[in-house]
Amino acid sequence: MTVLFNIAVDGLAYGMVLFVIAVGLSLTLGLMRFVNLSHCAFAMVGGYCAAFLVRQAQWNFWLAVPAAIIATAALGAVLEMLVLRHLYRRKELDQVLFTIGLSFFLIAATNALAGPQVQLIPLPPGLAGSVDLGFRTLPAQRLLVIGAGLAVAAGAAWIVARTRFGVWLRAAVDHSGTASSLGIPIRVVQCASFAAGAALAGFGGILGAELMPLEPYYALKYLVLVLVVVAVGGMGSIAGSLAAAVVLGVIETASKYLASDWGSLFFFLAMAALLAWRPDGLLKR
Amino acid sequence: MLFSRRALVRALAASSFVLAAAQAHAQSVKIGIVGPFSGPFAHYGALFKAAAEAYVAGQGGKLGGREVELIYRDTGGPNPAQAKGLVQELIVKDKVDYLGGFVFTPNALAVAPLIQQSQTPTVIFNAATSAITEKSDYFVRTGYTLWQVTVPLARWAAKQHIARVVTAVTDYGPGLDAEAAFKNEFARQGGTVVESIRMPIATTDFGPFVQRIKASGAQAVYTFLPGGPPNLGFIKAYNENGLARSGVRFLGTAETDEFDLQKFGDSAVGLTTAFHYSGAHDSAANKAFVAALKKQDPGAVANYASVGAWDGMYVIQKMIEATGGRKDGPKAIAAARALQWESPRGPVRIDGKTRHITQDVYLRQVEMVGGVAVNKEVESFGPQLDHGLAQ
Repeated sequence: MTVLFNIAVDGLAYGMVLFVIAVGLSLTLGLMRFVNLSHCAFAMVGGYCAAFLVRQAQWNFWLAVPAAIIATAALGAVLEMLVLRHLYRRKELDQVLFTIGLSFFLIAATNALAGPQVQLIPLPPGLAGSVDLGFRTLPAQRLLVIGAGLAVAAGAAWIVARTRFGVWLRAAVDHSGTASSLGIPIRVVQCASFAAGAALAGFGGILGAELMPLEPYYALKYLVLVLVVVAVGGMGSIAGSLAAAVVLGVIETASKYLASDWGSLFFFLAMAALLAWRPDGLLKR
Repeated sequence: MLFSRRALVRALAASSFVLAAAQAHAQSVKIGIVGPFSGPFAHYGALFKAAAEAYVAGQGGKLGGREVELIYRDTGGPNPAQAKGLVQELIVKDKVDYLGGFVFTPNALAVAPLIQQSQTPTVIFNAATSAITEKSDYFVRTGYTLWQVTVPLARWAAKQHIARVVTAVTDYGPGLDAEAAFKNEFARQGGTVVESIRMPIATTDFGPFVQRIKASGAQAVYTFLPGGPPNLGFIKAYNENGLARSGVRFLGTAETDEFDLQKFGDSAVGLTTAFHYSGAHDSAANKAFVAALKKQDPGAVANYASVGAWDGMYVIQKMIEATGGRKDGPKAIAAARALQWESPRGPVRIDGKTRHITQDVYLRQVEMVGGVAVNKEVESFGPQLDHGLAQ
């Protein structure tokens, strides 16, 4: 019985970490139809900014996190304005090549600036400890991740489905010519959406750093995990990504408790089975 | 006319300059250093380079009275085919007298036939599988092996009345080696390994494994993890899930390596490891080593990789002295077999039979000294052979 509870708790926490890292990519990929393989590089930039602000510049954690997210969004916006916007109309292969190249560039830049060591984001006292759940303890930081993940899911779904900006975004992607002639500021919408994707990546990089420590190869190391979550969840589907992340997180955690000798086999088997069952995403009908 | 007269003169001048340079180098001893200088393991290469150059600089730029030329070759990660190709080129084209370096066991094993045939003495700075030195008569190792540091740790644990231990190792070659070493020796001392957990190499969330360790009812966990993220993830999970508080001791080897140590912060305090080198080893030789390393490269860390390279250069120096700078592999190796010296890690010697370094292994505990985490040596287990070859 304890094992089952453990699997549920650890699986949920792990799934939420996967979700906060992956949700930004799901949005850029699904809503902007832009194959952004440098997503994890943006996550890394966000994490490094936070680590730098908290550790080197001695900022307060709660101040440093929004600042790091804004910095990542700004980097995303600048890159979008300078180069990435020329790629929207190019073929997927061009987008893949360019963004992978961008990842390599950011890896090398990170390595040169901060060195190859793992970087930690020091947590404030309230988050550094553990919370007693009765039958076991759970790191307090995981509770923040679970809460933040649910908030991000709800917030992003609301913006895309209910706000004027969400309408503009969907219109701009579905038919940019018509949207433009209706007076929708296409360039602003594209740039802001990409920056928002980068900001979500940065947020995920910061929150996920406890499980996926920051180092230069972060940008490629966890890309597969993120792509799996996005593919299983369905591109652009926020609820789908959330469901996929939690299901895969629980499966991975269960295999660690019960059959660790099999490595990540069950995680990828589950991915294959879910994709075969619902190729367009877990919650798409 | 295809060439102007002036261009011809320039070309002649340039070629004579090249010839002169080649003649000057003909007098020098060439040492090829093979290791990862790019990619995720590039810090090993950087430490090899810093330590080797710091050593040569400390000897006034000459080893055994001869100029030395260090030639670096980059293997990236574990890549035996590439390592073999690079070493072949070093031996045949660059005509190196000595080889050094090697982080990964497969790379070292791949070059064994080449150095055997060409009689090129090769000093392994790091690659830690026991069997390597058996593969060629020209291997000497100044690093360590997992058996060498794990066996004394298992004996110590048994002496502390720890009867039940769970092993949790990363599921790849060195991890399995570590698991075998601990289980074997701990059983011999009358202890029980209650569970052996093998953690997939791609693991990011160590929480579940730590819960299993907690549930196993063991008094201690012996662990082996590769440096970097896995190391950090495991130690975080160990602390956050309150293992230390519930009385499960941490027993490790290279986990609190100086390269990662500062990143752990307070979470590393109190961790127990057995290892052959601590950057905080209290001796004049170590202080000189740390100072020389910092002078050469302020970013370099005094750890097992840099001390392995430093001592490796000492061994090469002694081999150059013994052969008068000529290439004579058998004579050089014969000299290396008898070496005995005071290393930054403590008193060491090259074991005449195995050509592996015999060194003191220490029990260490992480402490904060002036805001910096150090591996404080609390007990010496005395000189240890490579227990892996004794099996």
